Amino acid sequence: MDLKKAALNVNFGSLQLKNPVMTASGTFGYGEEFSSFVNLNRLGGIVVKGISLKPRVGNPPPRVAETASGMLNAIGLENVGVEKFISEKMEFLRNIGTNVFVNVLGDSVDDYGRLAERLNDTPGISAIEVNISCPNVKKGGVAFGTDPAMVEAVTREVKSKCSLPVFIKLSPNVTDITLTARAAEQGGADGVSLINTLLGMAIDVRSRRPILGNVVGGLSGPAIKPVALRMVWQVAKQVSIPVIGIGGITTTEDAIEFLLAGASAVQVGTANFVDPRATENIVEGLQKYLEDNNLSSIKEVIGKLIL
Amino acid sequence: MKPVQLKAEVMRNEKLSSDITRLTMMARDIADIAKPGQFVMIRPTSCYDPLLRRPFSLHQVTGDGLIEILFKVVGRGTRILSAVEVGEFLDVVGPLGKGFLDSSRENICLLGGGMGIAPLLFLAKWLVSKKTGDLNFNIVVLLGAATDSEILPLLDDFEVMGLNVKIATDDGSLGYHGFVTDLLSKNLDPDNNWIIYSCGPYPMLKKVAGISRDNNWQCQVSLETIMACGIKACLGCALPKSESMKLTDTQPYAHVCKDGPVFDAAEVKWI
Repeated sequence: MDLKKAALNVNFGSLQLKNPVMTASGTFGYGEEFSSFVNLNRLGGIVVKGISLKPRVGNPPPRVAETASGMLNAIGLENVGVEKFISEKMEFLRNIGTNVFVNVLGDSVDDYGRLAERLNDTPGISAIEVNISCPNVKKGGVAFGTDPAMVEAVTREVKSKCSLPVFIKLSPNVTDITLTARAAEQGGADGVSLINTLLGMAIDVRSRRPILGNVVGGLSGPAIKPVALRMVWQVAKQVSIPVIGIGGITTTEDAIEFLLAGASAVQVGTANFVDPRATENIVEGLQKYLEDNNLSSIKEVIGKLIL
Repeated sequence: MKPVQLKAEVMRNEKLSSDITRLTMMARDIADIAKPGQFVMIRPTSCYDPLLRRPFSLHQVTGDGLIEILFKVVGRGTRILSAVEVGEFLDVVGPLGKGFLDSSRENICLLGGGMGIAPLLFLAKWLVSKKTGDLNFNIVVLLGAATDSEILPLLDDFEVMGLNVKIATDDGSLGYHGFVTDLLSKNLDPDNNWIIYSCGPYPMLKKVAGISRDNNWQCQVSLETIMACGIKACLGCALPKSESMKLTDTQPYAHVCKDGPVFDAAEVKWI
């Protein structure tokens, strides 16, 4: 009898994850918020709330709205800023025994470079995830993530300023996501994570006003999973760097779908709000799936979609 | 005390009126540490539509591990929860947030409007048990609602403690015909040092905050917002705060789930 446990570990180059289950930025705070519910040490990695150079106050309320099997959010990237993040949040994160991905966001290419530089000098960070779904202030507010040339420029800038692995988080609000994925690869990214939220809207028919204070917001949750899965599948075929799948992943089956489609790891987002233990449940579910199917490693699942 | 996630068995489902439900659940780990004004997040269904948990203030907590919530059916989530059966299990996270704070003031007024009455029963019991033996304190309870059927089923729970309860209804079917906030000037001697504990609709709380400020009374309000996580991870429940808000950060917004849901009324920027 084989007593060896099936292996859940995956590697992104030199970066080792004990399993492919991570948390998505903006849905898990700075980790500590979930420590009452989840054994953080059991996760493959956590991605913290997006950090900017200066603190951001966020959008006026209401900031969230529930929709069919999903939710809209327009938080407005509220965060404590990189200095406070390092001084107040990192000590806890350094001791949780899992990989810490720091999600960064900026108004200009230079902002991203300065963030990368600052985080590169901070012990305890495993990787940087770059949120490019923000408007480029210097280019008239066009989102970085919609223009392949800007995606490549941001990636190149971040890579030049740090030695940490860099993942580019792609926006789905584009005509062809493989173009921005390839631009990230071209710029030297160590991987891409996708998808960010889909731009959406909801209206209160009584008041005839938008429900969100920001009028529009990002759609997440089970409602977007099929779209995310399709994009992950398309991108995984087009790039040779690792892909992290994100978008409505709530159950073990959801995670397996993304792995089969070519994702090397997954991030769980909105499901953390629904069930704060969702990530740990998926880790356990993947272990059982491997054992039930007599597979010795999760690598026998990744990209093994049968067409 | 750290919040927990647990499966709570439904012990009682009471229909207090056509659209008001009181659920009693066995949730010992929550009951043991809960404070008045704190809340729980409950999944209405194990399916994904409706997706998010619903926040409910704790209506009553008893020594034998039971917690109660009181709510009106206002949407799909509350409709599903109003129909749960005894013996079913609900996925509950709590207790969450900061509750009501004790005050040294001896004249205490509890003012609740509509379903905002819910947390005031837990608070009243806590205050009564704390102040037993202290003859100098005085509690006035002011309850308001649209109509009598929203108050009558709850009246006994307050009066059984020997509390002085005054009622206002919008339709005049019970007590004073008008806003519950009108009862403040009718029942509270402005020369006394009052602490007002209040929960209810935003416009009511705004009015209570204003009257309290004008009379130099202390005032704590429990606010309600839409919430996704309840643990200050999503930052969805932003509340504009007044400049007097003394939090450790310098942000213009507080977050109802963790900085509240109970706030000193002077800390809130009333809009």
